[in-house]
Amino acid sequence: MEAFADLLDALVYTSSRNAKLKLIADYLRRTPDPDRGWALAALTAGLDFPAVKSAAIRKMLMERVDPVLFALSRDYVGDTAETASLLWPEPAHPPTPPTVAEAVEILAGMTRASVMRELPALLDRLDANGRYALLKLATGAMRIGISARLAKTAFAGAFDVSVDDVEEYWHGQVAPYAPLFAWAANGAEPPSGEDIPLFRPFMLAHPLDETIVDMAKYAAEWKWDGIRVQIVHAGDETRVYSRSGDDISGTFPEIAAALKIPAVLDGEMLVRGSHQGGAEGGAASFNALQQRLGRKTVSKKMLEEYPAFVRLYDVLIAEGEDLRAHSWEQRRLVLETFAQRLDPERFDVSQVIAATSLDELAAIRERARDDAIEGVMLKRRDSAYVAGRRTGLWYKWKRDPLLVDCVLMYAQRGSGKRSSFYSDFTFGCWDGDPDQGAELLPVGKAYFGFTDEELKWLDSHVRRHTVNRFGPVRETDKSLVFEVAFDSVHESKRHKSGLAMRFPRISRIRADKPAHEADRIEALRKLVRD
Amino acid sequence: MAASWIRAEPFGIHIVPGNCWVDPARPVDTALVTHGHADHARGGHGQTIATPATLAIMALRYDTRTGTVPVEYGETVSLPGGVKATYVPAGHVLGSAQILLEHAGERVVITGDYKRRADPTCPPFQPVPCDVFITEATFGLPVFRHPPVEEEIGKLLTARAANPERCVLVGAYALGKAQRVIAELRLAGYAAPIYLHGALERMCRLYEELGIDLGPLQLAAGLPKGALAGQSVMAPPSALNDRWSRRLPDPITTMASGWMRIRQRARQRNVELPLIVSDHADWTELTETISEVNPQETWITHGREAALLRWCELNQRKARALALVGYEDEDD
Repeated sequence: MEAFADLLDALVYTSSRNAKLKLIADYLRRTPDPDRGWALAALTAGLDFPAVKSAAIRKMLMERVDPVLFALSRDYVGDTAETASLLWPEPAHPPTPPTVAEAVEILAGMTRASVMRELPALLDRLDANGRYALLKLATGAMRIGISARLAKTAFAGAFDVSVDDVEEYWHGQVAPYAPLFAWAANGAEPPSGEDIPLFRPFMLAHPLDETIVDMAKYAAEWKWDGIRVQIVHAGDETRVYSRSGDDISGTFPEIAAALKIPAVLDGEMLVRGSHQGGAEGGAASFNALQQRLGRKTVSKKMLEEYPAFVRLYDVLIAEGEDLRAHSWEQRRLVLETFAQRLDPERFDVSQVIAATSLDELAAIRERARDDAIEGVMLKRRDSAYVAGRRTGLWYKWKRDPLLVDCVLMYAQRGSGKRSSFYSDFTFGCWDGDPDQGAELLPVGKAYFGFTDEELKWLDSHVRRHTVNRFGPVRETDKSLVFEVAFDSVHESKRHKSGLAMRFPRISRIRADKPAHEADRIEALRKLVRD
Repeated sequence: MAASWIRAEPFGIHIVPGNCWVDPARPVDTALVTHGHADHARGGHGQTIATPATLAIMALRYDTRTGTVPVEYGETVSLPGGVKATYVPAGHVLGSAQILLEHAGERVVITGDYKRRADPTCPPFQPVPCDVFITEATFGLPVFRHPPVEEEIGKLLTARAANPERCVLVGAYALGKAQRVIAELRLAGYAAPIYLHGALERMCRLYEELGIDLGPLQLAAGLPKGALAGQSVMAPPSALNDRWSRRLPDPITTMASGWMRIRQRARQRNVELPLIVSDHADWTELTETISEVNPQETWITHGREAALLRWCELNQRKARALALVGYEDEDD
């Protein structure tokens, strides 16, 4: 556990990507099985201990520390695990740290009844850094700036194997990944996944921004506002995977049941409707899809009210043939033929937009706002299907965001690198004429869109303009105007203003603009396309 | 309320009968200054009453050659209005003092900034019995428990020894922290020259003039990169990520501060090796000191006063927070 704790701390204090890769690779080479496998699982967020959650940690702390002192500490530190590791009463005896594998075994054996007894016993065996590492490992919330991709790249670097191979063999493997280490470190046969419906890493797009592309080389498609999914059938089983590789087959049983041919398909999960793109070939809003997300089981009523289907973008593997090395154009031909054999109620193929120039496409994209479509995708016709985001192959071109001027109302301290800064902002619009006594009503919340310099300025603004405190929340004097950018706005019963923004972010700080000139609720309401 | 002759105003503590101020944030006729940090010691007062070391430190920064009244530790001065002031070591930095005020049969202690750990550069804090204890609360949260300084100095020496091709760059405040870290390094047996950023030189020289031995010191400026490999360099925190540090051979950036306890605070400073070395009392010391001094009332000046207030409440101690402005959070 000490080596793992040292690794976590070193990662926290290292900002360079290469230095992080080296730290992880060194650890993986130096540490024996199965500790290194568990550590790798922890770094890639692959561990889950149902009995050990933040709530249990908070409860355990409350039994030892005054709740108010705990809340003040948590608010200042910005991280529950770190707060707990620091507040934990130092045991009288010297630490007797477990190995990572031993810690995992004990954590996995805990039940909701035993956690309040067994977790303290485990924490008493560690020093402050060890407690931090243990709690991070136990709750799976690392927040140390290590993506799963980075950890896999480090794994590849540690043993000099290709990262694409690592990605490929990774899925279907479970921690502590003995076959994976045997293959990479000791030259054993790679783990095989032919008869298992494994997840394959997604190909992703860059924002187009200012890039100019030659439309002769690119195909355009609509960017649908659902969730990206991969549907895999192998060995008589079908699984539906989300963008992050989570198995969501249980959430969409009708989709899982509809694919019976061995294949790996890439598409957008949507709900039938006409909100996006109109009645002909359209789909319901993201809000409708949201009713279906996050459920482990689905009622019959849900299935009827919000029928899901997948709009197919791509095919990776069809009937045993791996098509990923082929061009988009070739895969598209296979996809169109293949899709004819699928249930049209559950699958259709994403339409290609005919546009010969970027200007023409821009005009089409501009009209898309009326159809409530998020934007367009550009895919290089000769591009192979490669994992991750590669420059020049796929682009997303979202329509320009909507903008509205809002007034800062409340602020809260952030987490992670924004810890101890006031960086979560709630802002509002006027419910009438501010010169006639109108009030501000909250319309949204955002915690990004500003630079580190602006963050410092905002933090000090909040401190200097606080008029009220409600626990960790500060109410400001409502003097600062933000230009807020957002993708769309919807009716919502959850907010007093009756509106909710999608993807709001601070686009500009308008310190020059008087608060009474900020926008009114009615202006925002006009942008609703529900 | 106890000690009604003392008022907490936004810019300082006012001793009403003598019309004197303690650590005022703006120029006044008569100022009692606890120590030389810029947020407590400012120039422009008609008369400044402080320890000789604090006055010497202030003279480096401001034109305070006129109107200075030196007071030795343990010495009592009489202020107008029948108020007596006694200066007692606070253990914070060289010259730092608590001020005991006596008037109308009441005793009030103003700690200024203080710590309880041993510090080779200044005499230790002495608890003084009093009716009202006016304490700082810089590290007034139970997450702050400073580890033994030897452990932290050990980390620094280990990092230096393990990286002969790099140098260790220690960020430390120019007054107090820098000299303490140097003195602790010497206690740990580190005898090699320590290389300084120009901004630290004058204060180190002053410490030496005042009798604190810091061993061999040299300016880092003008030396070729290679000469500093395997060496220890010290700079003010502002220079850590500045152009200045580019002259150094792949420095291991460290910072000596109580804030380094919190990972994200260290990260916000781009620190690679955080050293938890503080010149302030940690949570345990703040609360134990209040218990030890055992005043009738505890007033809290600056820092994380909410948590210390809560502790007083839980321990049935009468307490209040003073809303003072101008004290910096960060100078540790």
